[in-house]
Amino acid sequence: MASNDAQFRPGFWGWLNKRLPVESFIREQLLEYYAPKNFNVWYFFGSLALLALVLQLFTGIFLTMFYKVGDTTAFDSVEFIRREVSYGWLIQYLHSVGASAFFVVVYLHMYRALMYGSYKTPRELLWLFGMFIYLALMAEAFMGYVLPWGNMSYWAATVIINLFSTIPVIGPGLVEWIRGDYGVADATLNRFFSLHVVAIPLVLLLLVALHLVALRQVGSNNPDGIEIKDRRGSDGKPLDGIPFHPYYTVKDIVGVGVFLALFAIVVFFVPTFGGLFMEEANFEPANPLSTPEPIAPSWYFTPYYAILRAVPNQRLGALLLLLAVLAFFFLPWLDRSPVKSVRYRGWLFRLFLAEFTLSFLGLMYLGLKPPTGMYVVAARVFSIGYFAFFLLMPWYTRRDQVKPVPERVSFHA
Amino acid sequence: MRKTVLLAAACLFTPLAIAAADEGAAAPLDWQHWQAGNEVSNTASLQRGARNFFGYCAGCHSLKYLRYSRLASDLRISPDQLKADLLPAGATPADYVKSSLAADDAVAWFGKVPPDLSLIARARGPNHVYQFLKTFYADPSTPTHSNNLALVNPAMPAVLSDLEGVKEAVFRNVEVTVDGSVTTEKRFDHFVTTVPGRLNAAQFDGFVRDTVNFLDYVGEPAQVERRSIGVWVVLFLLVFTWIALLLKKEYWKDVH
Amino acid sequence: MTDAGSKADDAGVDSDRRKFLTIATGATAAVGAAFAASPFVASWQLSERAKALGAPVSVDLGKLEMGQMITVVWRKQPIYIFKRSAAVVAALVRNDDRLKDPKSADSDQPAYATNEQRSRRDDIAVLIGTCTHLGCLPKQHFEPGDVELGADWPGGFRCPCHGSRFDMAGRVFNGSPASVNLRVPPYSFPNETTLLIGDDGSAVQGAA
Repeated sequence: MASNDAQFRPGFWGWLNKRLPVESFIREQLLEYYAPKNFNVWYFFGSLALLALVLQLFTGIFLTMFYKVGDTTAFDSVEFIRREVSYGWLIQYLHSVGASAFFVVVYLHMYRALMYGSYKTPRELLWLFGMFIYLALMAEAFMGYVLPWGNMSYWAATVIINLFSTIPVIGPGLVEWIRGDYGVADATLNRFFSLHVVAIPLVLLLLVALHLVALRQVGSNNPDGIEIKDRRGSDGKPLDGIPFHPYYTVKDIVGVGVFLALFAIVVFFVPTFGGLFMEEANFEPANPLSTPEPIAPSWYFTPYYAILRAVPNQRLGALLLLLAVLAFFFLPWLDRSPVKSVRYRGWLFRLFLAEFTLSFLGLMYLGLKPPTGMYVVAARVFSIGYFAFFLLMPWYTRRDQVKPVPERVSFHA
Repeated sequence: MRKTVLLAAACLFTPLAIAAADEGAAAPLDWQHWQAGNEVSNTASLQRGARNFFGYCAGCHSLKYLRYSRLASDLRISPDQLKADLLPAGATPADYVKSSLAADDAVAWFGKVPPDLSLIARARGPNHVYQFLKTFYADPSTPTHSNNLALVNPAMPAVLSDLEGVKEAVFRNVEVTVDGSVTTEKRFDHFVTTVPGRLNAAQFDGFVRDTVNFLDYVGEPAQVERRSIGVWVVLFLLVFTWIALLLKKEYWKDVH
Repeated sequence: MTDAGSKADDAGVDSDRRKFLTIATGATAAVGAAFAASPFVASWQLSERAKALGAPVSVDLGKLEMGQMITVVWRKQPIYIFKRSAAVVAALVRNDDRLKDPKSADSDQPAYATNEQRSRRDDIAVLIGTCTHLGCLPKQHFEPGDVELGADWPGGFRCPCHGSRFDMAGRVFNGSPASVNLRVPPYSFPNETTLLIGDDGSAVQGAA
């Protein structure tokens, strides 16, 4: 590799590098950034999340050119985009399907971290930045969902904002403050629009930057949970590492291709995804006098929604919903296992991970179903399962019979 | 959703036609599971549906997001045909499809303003619209002297009865056990046609399907274009992925 | 872009194949990016609404007095419509040697308005009221010998921004910053007292 002397090269490249460290940035971040060579399919979702973010920003910028915020104009302007703007229907579907795709990718990215212990030392801060991204994403998705001002938008806003009323003392006043009116109204829509298109995207970009800087600082984890920096060759480079570029750039391009193909299938053939990505009730304008039946949030919120409904007490339900989200933040300190990856953990952790997976998916399904009969019972069982994973983690990770971790990563060319 | 089209064509159309023709058969009429089975790419059906809509629906219902000009170009209706058949006096092709019914009159006659139908097929689904249009029956107890299975006590009268004829609904009493106690419940069983209409059962079914198909189109006018572009996009992405995979494999020969 | 050389010393590396596949992937991605950009570019085109709002505008001339001017908006542009007496039209030819483009050879107007009076009908003038210099709205100074414009002023328009002057047919005078005459929109007269702006009356609707 060349030394740090791009700035002495003749011509424009030298001129540029004397003033901006382009070449050294590329070299440090791509060519000399060593990533573990044993990444599996789960490691596509980080770069795909970045792609989804860019896609949402880009399509969002264009939708903002045509969308007209306001309780009398919003719904009509979305139909205007779908019908009268050239390819507006495509841009709108890319954005609405893109929101769901973003959550699919982010959930798989987070699950990867659960399996391989990517939140454990020294990656606690990396994990926390990721969790803040997740929180910002939930706020972004919720507010974006309100903007089309369909009937589901209206009632989603009503229900979610009312959760704040469970806060003691300040609750009712807070709800009114958030809405800016006695009910969800034009004022609410306007402030959500501003937050959705300006404030939260800025926060997201900042958090993503911090997430990436933290990743470069500690390096990527891998399916074996082994620190590749601990085993270096005579040239000082990690024995189990390969330069990010070209090896992971070409690999990630394949992931992008597969993702985009699946994404395009949904966008062009099933954009509403049977009512999961775009609810039928949202094709009716907001109507404060008629609650859509059944009412359910977007699929990516349903696990928490199911927990909320499983609790027969309003305040406790809202509190558990909050705790269910916040629990992820504490994972680095709840996990007392000496190993990171599920590959070298014992049956106890595997059992709890399986139980959590089932509970999360179960709650996701139940959140879409009416809260009646057996559904409520099942939601309570799964809620207990959800929290048991976190609450019992200090116990079962310490008691777990872990396997010896090998010196080198397992890799089969 | 679209996959139901083939399914409906294969297994539902025939039994449905029989069910519609053979009213009063032994099994109760399974109207809740009727499928519209419409195909938005069938332009001839959309043209018939548009004619049906303007003949029977447009008097009361608007399509406020659809322009006549868009309708004409999507459905391959010539400007002259548009002017002659569909365009109301005084309207230009760039106008949206408005109903001729004044809101005040509507409230006076029906108790409410008939809903705009631009998005009805998206909000309720084509099957629901199909079931609604096919399950009107005579009911002297209502102001409109008709009722409906899919939408009980609709404000809308049975406007298609001159085509379909007048049907009586036959209910039967069913014994149901709720919490240990046995009660009788009135359940719909089948229709009996008392006054024949101008169309036979199969013709009327086609009439309704075309109309529902038209409303499905109106809900999302770009959908035919969407699917046709989609095929090429997905094919392109598969080719791209294949080339990228070859590139990846070539580079990863280095990694041992 | 890719650094095939970094490991090229490894046995069995086919750098030609690498180069080819890198270019093939890059080229396909570039084609894909161009296609992906096209709907976004297309979305800035005139929407159906903009096109509908740009439809021909009908103006009733029944109440237009001799020497009176009205302004209507067609496609976001002010359209000056005024009625000229036969004397005013007859006097137009006297301006010719003071004009930059008396025959409207370099100016923008439909074929039926490429004449001395720059109009389809002698009495009715229809002009796009934006100055051909930088787009301000010229003011009407129909009185000959206007105090501001001097004794030899034959009547016409003067632009308040940069002083371009035009005659009663919208033709630009020498000494003006504007170099071509005021533009004329397509129009027709479906009947004696109706003006249709934006429609030449030819078969194709809106073929302006």
